[in-house]
Parts: sequence; structure tokens; C-alpha cells
Amino acid sequence: MAQDITITITDREGVTHEVQAPTDMNMSIMELVRAYELAPEGTIGICGGMAMCASCQCYVLNEVPLPEKGPDEEAMLWEAFNVKENSRLGCQIHITEAIDGLAIELAPEA
Amino acid sequence: MIETDILIIGAGPTGLFAVFEAGLLKLKCHLIDALPQIGGQLAELYPKKPIYDIPGYPEVLAGDLVTNLMEQIKQFQPGFTLGETAETIEKLEDGTFIVTTNEGTKHHAKAIAIAGGLGTFEPRKPILKDLEFYEKEDRGVDYFIKDPEKYRGKNVVISGGGDSALDWSVFLTDVAASVTLVHRRNEFRGALDSVEKVQELKSLGKIKLITPGEVVGFKGSERIESVDIEVNGARMNVVTDYFIPLFGLTPKLGAIANWGLEIEKNAIKVNNALDYQTNIDGIYAIGDVNIYPGKLKLILCGFHEATLMCQSVYNRINPGKKYVLKYTTVSGIDGFDGTRKEAEKAVVKSID
Ligand SMILES: Cc1cc2nc3c(=O)[nH]c(=O)nc-3n(C[C@H](O)[C@H](O)[C@H](O)COP(=O)(O)OP(=O)(O)OC[C@H]3O[C@@H](n4cnc5c(N)ncnc54)[C@H](O)[C@@H]3O)c2cc1C
Ligand code: FES
Repeated sequence: MAQDITITITDREGVTHEVQAPTDMNMSIMELVRAYELAPEGTIGICGGMAMCASCQCYVLNEVPLPEKGPDEEAMLWEAFNVKENSRLGCQIHITEAIDGLAIELAPEA
Repeated sequence: MIETDILIIGAGPTGLFAVFEAGLLKLKCHLIDALPQIGGQLAELYPKKPIYDIPGYPEVLAGDLVTNLMEQIKQFQPGFTLGETAETIEKLEDGTFIVTTNEGTKHHAKAIAIAGGLGTFEPRKPILKDLEFYEKEDRGVDYFIKDPEKYRGKNVVISGGGDSALDWSVFLTDVAASVTLVHRRNEFRGALDSVEKVQELKSLGKIKLITPGEVVGFKGSERIESVDIEVNGARMNVVTDYFIPLFGLTPKLGAIANWGLEIEKNAIKVNNALDYQTNIDGIYAIGDVNIYPGKLKLILCGFHEATLMCQSVYNRINPGKKYVLKYTTVSGIDGFDGTRKEAEKAVVKSID
């Protein structure tokens, strides 16, 4: 069986949660936040993970290597608000063993 | 006043299918949607994406599912109030309701079905000082273009990099005195032909394109007179009558949240053991907008909930009258337009 990995997520209230994430369910960070209910329903994942709403924007807090941004993610982040150097879209980060230990903070709701 | 049996708030897949199930029970429906088109999330967010979990359709494009739903309910002649938001509700002494939209359109119904999904889609607003002042009372900031004629002969600045920013920039070149399109990067995220059209209009001098640029402030006392735009670290000022930020939409439960309904996690609590009724007798909530233990936000689940809701409304409107479940294959469908659909009868042939 595939191993779960650990992801650290700081929610919009500033509370940090260390959660276990499955690597064999084709989940994204956005879906993980929803599964653990770390943001109120309807405030994250509005476009269903299509890089079209930026509701899943998060700031990457450590050096865990992540896959490059695709053109859709890049374009959405150009249009989103509260964007920083370390911004990513949670829906575009898939949960794989390679990102074990990733720490992120949810960007404010825009 | 629009009169109907069931007033459905939300013309997404759940609301549309409810019209069919209501029609089988001879109940008339009218739908209100804040968006100018029907289809809810399917039309607004992913019309060209395939859906794989609709029973009987191994694959169907979201847009096609909406078209098919519309075809399926045509004979039940639903009414529509589109581009208006259901804002207030009043329960009359006889147990019926009056729902009024933001435009003041009144609807009188025997029962209400809220099929509002994630809520009304509201514009995503840029973070700008004084935005709130200028967005009121026609002071120059608009988030939707309802009537392009409003901009005839005016100077317009549009910002955004998606389809609506591109399409409206193109459209308004024939109407407005000048169109300036501001986008934070050089690349646009829209249909190729829209991007090419903007390119062409730019070279003809009909659209002023400012990329990579961002509107960072306003000037003007009574209303907008100009906007400040940051381009490559430098500032410029563009005289304008209107600033139209088109950064997409984000859903909010909106006015429905103040109707006295029990809300949990941004959704409306319902009695799922019975009929998806809310805590207010006669108001139902179906589809993505409701919550109950084990709720799944899927189209299929919305269809099921719509069906049970209609049965309950039938019993409410016809107390004591027993409804006998019929199969459409056997009983056929009688449309409100006088049409009748039924399966072909087998050929009766005598055998000598
Ligand atoms: C990218 C993406 C992919 C998806 N893929 C699938 C899939 O494969 N399978 C599946 O089953 N589901 C899928 N879904 C979920 C599916 O789209 C929803 O379950 C479905 O749209 C819910 O339908 P609905 O009619 O309840 O609400 P919606 O489709 O959300 O429609 C609600 C409508 O109500 C209107 N409204 C709300 N409040 C008001 C008001 N006060 N006044 C007037 N109008 C109002 C809104 O404007 C909206 O048009 C997907 C969703 C997304 C975002
Ligand atoms: S969920 Fe919409 S951009 Fe990620």
C-alpha cells in the first residue's frame, strides 16, 4: 500500500495543522484542505480545481521541491490578488511522495 | 406578478430537472437565476469539460447536458427570470410566498425550491482604495456590462486577462469613444480568435492595450475622471468615464442567508430523511446548496433530491390526494403545451 505523507497547513485563522495525506488517491492540496475541513465550505476549490478561481491559493513555506507551474496556474496567479513570490495554487499541486513534509499557508480569501 | 406552483431559485442542473419532475405531477415551475444564462456551474465554470458520472452517459459535455435538460423540460413550459437575484421572501397567511428580485420582479408561488448551488456568482474585486465609493450610484466602476449602450461615446478602461475582458473590449470598440485594456501580463487566457481580434483592433488603433499593467488608483471627486495605471514600475494616468474590472466571479450564498433558514457550513440544512424541506415549511433546498449528514455535491444527487422535493410539494398543494407513482415508459408524458409523448404501442395484428 502506498505510504501517506505529512503536510503542514496553516489555515486562514493562523492555526497550523499537521495532516496525513494519501498518495494513492490522485488528490491535490486543495482537496486535502477540503477533506480536513481547514477552510469553510464554499471558500476553497470553487472552480473544482481547474486553475480558474484562485480560491485555493497558498504560500509555500519551505524548500520542498514542487513541480513547475503550468501555464494555467501561471496565468491565474497573474490575475489573482494577494499574490506573493511563493504563491501556488493548491489545486495544481498533486500529492505524491516527493512532496512529503511540505508546509503551506492558505492565502486570504479574495 | 409572476404566478407559479413551484418557484425554483437557481437554474443549474438541479433546478432544471426539478421542472421535469414537477411537470409529471402537473405542477408549473418558474426559475430565477442571477446569471444571464441557464446551467449553473456547468455553464459558468466548465461548459466544454466532459462529465463521466451521469448515469447512462459514459461521457457528456457539461454544456450539452444543459442543452439536453432544456430539451427534456421544454414541454413543461417553465418561465424564467434571468439576470436577477432572488433577494427577499415573504410568507403570506395562506402559506404561499412572494419572492422579489434585486430588480423588483415579484413572484408568487405555492412552494419555493432553493437550488442555488454555491450561491450567486459575484464579481471578484481588485483591492483598490476608494473602490467602494466609485462602484455606487454610477460613479464609474462597473463589474458587469448589462447594457453596452450605457458606454456609447464614453471612454472605457477594462482590466483582466480572460475571455470576458477580451470579448467586451472587442464589443465596446464599436460603441465607446475609446477602449483601453489593461492586463498584468502580455499573455491572455481566452479563446484564440478573441485574442487575435484584440491584436487586430490594437494594430488598427481601435483598442489601446496596456500590458503588463495594473490599475492602481482613481482620480475624480463626484465620479471617476481618470485611473492611475502602473506599467513596468512607472505610473501613467488614463482619462476615463468607466473602469470595468473583469476578474471572474466568485460565489456567495448572498441574500438567501438572511431568510431565516438554518445554515451550516455555507449551506442550507434540510430534512433529508423526508423531502429536503428546510426549517421553514414550504421552502425546500435541493442540490449543492443543501447540507445533511453524508451530503455529496454531485449532479446525480441534485436530480434525486429534486424528485423527492416535487412529490412533497404535490402533497402539500393537494392535501389528502393520493399520488400514485407512475412510470413514464408506461404512462407517457403530457406536456403543458398540449403535446403528448408515449412509447409506441406494439402492432396489433390478428392471426388467422
Ligand atoms: C470544475 C467542476 C467540475 C465538476 N464535475 C462534476 C462531475 O463530473 N460530476 C458531478 O456530478 N458534479 C460535478 N461538479 C459539481 C456540479 O457542477 C454541481 O454538483 C452542480 O452544478 C450542482 O447543481 P445545482 O443546480 O445544485 O447548482 P449550480 O449548478 O451551482 O446552480 C445554481 C444556480 O443558482 C443561482 N443562484 C444562486 N443563488 C441565487 C439567488 N439568490 N438568486 C438567483 N439565482 C441564484 C446561481 O447563479 C447558479 O446559476 C463539478 C463542479 C465543478 C466546479
Ligand atoms: S480550485 Fe480554483 S484555482 Fe484552484
